[in-house]
Amino acid sequence: MSLNKTDKERVKAFWSKVAGKADAIGAESLARLIVVYPQTKTYFAHWKDVSPNSPNVTKHGKTVMGGVANAVDKIDDLKGGLLELSELHAFTLRVDPANFKLLTHCILVVLAAQFPADFTPEVHVAMDKFLAAVARALAEKYR
Amino acid sequence: MVVWSEQERSIINSIFASLDYDDIGPKALCRCLIVYPWTQRYFGGFGNLYNAEAIKTNPMIGAHGIKVLHGLDRAVKNMDDIKNTYAELSVMHSEKLHIDPDNFRLLADCLTIVIAAKMGTAFTADIQAAFQKFLSVVVNALGRQYH
Repeated sequence: MSLNKTDKERVKAFWSKVAGKADAIGAESLARLIVVYPQTKTYFAHWKDVSPNSPNVTKHGKTVMGGVANAVDKIDDLKGGLLELSELHAFTLRVDPANFKLLTHCILVVLAAQFPADFTPEVHVAMDKFLAAVARALAEKYR
Repeated sequence: MVVWSEQERSIINSIFASLDYDDIGPKALCRCLIVYPWTQRYFGGFGNLYNAEAIKTNPMIGAHGIKVLHGLDRAVKNMDDIKNTYAELSVMHSEKLHIDPDNFRLLADCLTIVIAAKMGTAFTADIQAAFQKFLSVVVNALGRQYH
């Protein structure tokens, strides 16, 4: 299920439409993750305030989405381009990779809600494949 | 036993009360067939599924989407006993239709995304949580009688 030429073109085209709102998309996605999948809060026990609209969540959502934006740039070589991030997730953060799927789903929900006309089924499948590929690249160094 | 808060019941009832089945049903099923193409394996007799355009305009798929969405009505009316409400349907999906239960989850995810697109910002995180909880109970119930 690797990205073909059409997938990459669709991802880049769609991303250029939504990139301006990346920070807000990131914050919203992370907020939804912790509300819809409360078990994900276990990764944020070091924050006093883990409520969906808290400054920590908003800021971290922005960070995560920045990573996705970077991945769009490196779409032709995700493993190589995300090497450092993979090492970070593998050795320091050690986020269970199952959670990447949960966050992917939340990102797709936010994209659908905020860009209903642009988030067609064709764009949806390309973005789902892309985010799955990003997740695979991030999990590359886990074992 | 699944426990529903008053708020969750109200959210589920509200979503289904204002649901446009004729619009959402086809959209959810089409999206599932396009985003997860292996699900097309169950639709061999449904005509042209050759590409996304064909799927989106296929009247048999559209009609089936509406039928499947209405299948959720009984769960909405029997939220406290979805497991038993769907026992027969579960047997049917297993013995007659031979559908891999993982597909129920895929369709549920597509339905969530189609509803999110329809409701926009009104589809808050709390509403998403309640809706996904409801769908996961339905998905579990439909897979329960498989053996």
